[in-house]
Amino acid sequence: MKEGRPRSFYVLAIFFAAYVLFLYGPMIAIYVLSFQGPQGGLTFPMNGVSTFWIAKLFQGTGIVDLGAAFRRSLLLGIVVMIVTVVLSVAAGMAFRRKFKAQSILFYSAIASLIVPSIITSLGISLEFRIIDDLIKAHWNENFETSMGLLTSGLGAHLTWTLPFGLLIMFAIFNRFDPRLEEAARDLGATPWQTFRHVVLPIILPSVIGIGLFGFTLSWDELARSSQAIGAVNTLPLDLQGLTTTVTNPDIYALGTVISAVSFTVITLALGTIHVLNKRQAAKGSDAGKGLV
Amino acid sequence: MSEEVLQQAAPGLIPGSGTARAAKPTRLSPSFISWLQAGPMMLVFLAFFLIPLVFVVIVSFWDYNEYQLLPAFSGRGYTDTFEGCIAQLPELCTIAKTYLKTLKLCFLVWAITLFIGFWVAYFLAFHVKSKTWQMGLSLLCTIPFWTSNVIRMIAWIPLLGRNGLVNTGLMKTGLINHPVEWLLFSEFSVVLALVHLFTFFMVVPIFNSMVRIDKSLIEAAYDAGASGFQTLVNVIIPLAKPGIVIGSIFVITIVMGDFITIGVMGGQQIAAAGKIIETRVNALQFPAAAANAVILLAITFLIITMMSRIVDIKKEL
Repeated sequence: MKEGRPRSFYVLAIFFAAYVLFLYGPMIAIYVLSFQGPQGGLTFPMNGVSTFWIAKLFQGTGIVDLGAAFRRSLLLGIVVMIVTVVLSVAAGMAFRRKFKAQSILFYSAIASLIVPSIITSLGISLEFRIIDDLIKAHWNENFETSMGLLTSGLGAHLTWTLPFGLLIMFAIFNRFDPRLEEAARDLGATPWQTFRHVVLPIILPSVIGIGLFGFTLSWDELARSSQAIGAVNTLPLDLQGLTTTVTNPDIYALGTVISAVSFTVITLALGTIHVLNKRQAAKGSDAGKGLV
Repeated sequence: MSEEVLQQAAPGLIPGSGTARAAKPTRLSPSFISWLQAGPMMLVFLAFFLIPLVFVVIVSFWDYNEYQLLPAFSGRGYTDTFEGCIAQLPELCTIAKTYLKTLKLCFLVWAITLFIGFWVAYFLAFHVKSKTWQMGLSLLCTIPFWTSNVIRMIAWIPLLGRNGLVNTGLMKTGLINHPVEWLLFSEFSVVLALVHLFTFFMVVPIFNSMVRIDKSLIEAAYDAGASGFQTLVNVIIPLAKPGIVIGSIFVITIVMGDFITIGVMGGQQIAAAGKIIETRVNALQFPAAAANAVILLAITFLIITMMSRIVDIKKEL
């Protein structure tokens, strides 16, 4: 029996399509505009097509030292990704049993997610300023600052990525079949072997998803970095600084370059997840299927 | 269950040579292992979230001069913030006006994202039958979330600017003679950009609640003679309520503390709760910034408490 679709389907389908257009339309506009000709301006119509503005970014003669900011953001993103994956998987394993302080950790994560970013950022900046003052007063008068990319900056980003990582781990273990581990144990596997050869392969697609969240959230992070990053800027901070003085399309070119990295990471991650899921489906187990 | 421990204790352990290890007599207690597993994350939250919050509260009661913090008790951060609030009555003081404006923006964005988010989630959950399509379309909505917010903001410039697509289009059709100025760097563009950025946070939790609704409940409502509208109001909305509340909490807290979207899309001209904090920090008035942060935190906390009365968040995850 094949039923016709109700009229509400078509109305909502059009609504959904309009939403997707609303999501992507403006972004596509700036990707196109970043290929403006050398004489081109900030708006349509295009004044010729060239890679002039993108090339200008990489020459380093433009408004920002793109190369340095790019490397900093990439380094921070990769460190955040690794730390997020390791800590989230570990904590996710812990949450499968009852333990003291379980609800403290849970509520810390939720609070960290919803306390306005500017407050967290200000707090971290105050914390490091006070640490600096203490070091200057008691140990070393010439001490500059302990704030930096991989101290306060890393911490600020982790307060944003770890809650997502933990919530994804909850979702993973909600549909994980513990009998698989029991079977491994019955066959004489050590706890580490059980994790390495049974649990990890099954949850791997979702763990890659956590990595994807970790990197992209850090790569594009702005609000938490704003006060806590110290003297140097990340790429999004440079981009935000440019918005007040936009006069030509190099801001679009920068936007396109940042997005290109995001899309590369997203494609790689989703591709890997897809391949892993395929392999899992081919080899039988469906315990870790779905998700992300 | 002592994976992490064993990993640390014997990193060189070759998989497969476990027979010797299995016989290892000393077993770590489960609660100690839990601590090792969850401890690192707890430490990160302690060092970079909980202690900083404590510092915000402490510093809000410190004194300050033009260029530095003075660690002595003072209420100046707060008195500066509420300056003129009593003297100017019945006129509203700056801080009250700013919070009213922030709440207004917040309400507008909340109402619009809820409307869009609800129907997008509804479409995905009830009208898209194939799992593959459901996956694909959800992914389509998620991808922009993984790209930069600033880029998604400046993306509106070529469309809404004075010489942007919208204005040129309207001029060509003869609907207007002069470019419309309020399209960009206005409250309109702020709300538009916030909706553009954060509808995602509504779609995901509402969708999550909706896919859990047992389809036979809807059939039962239909069999009992309920109209589509009655099913929506009496069955679907009550069951999707947890998702609606969680999404609302996300959107409201983001907009309450936002200073970047309001700054960029408002042409740095619109005052908002988060913006005050940024301005104070830039002026190196940290206690005043901290006092404002405490006020913002209190108001956000109040809103969340009110909303979480409606639903137990922990149960829904």
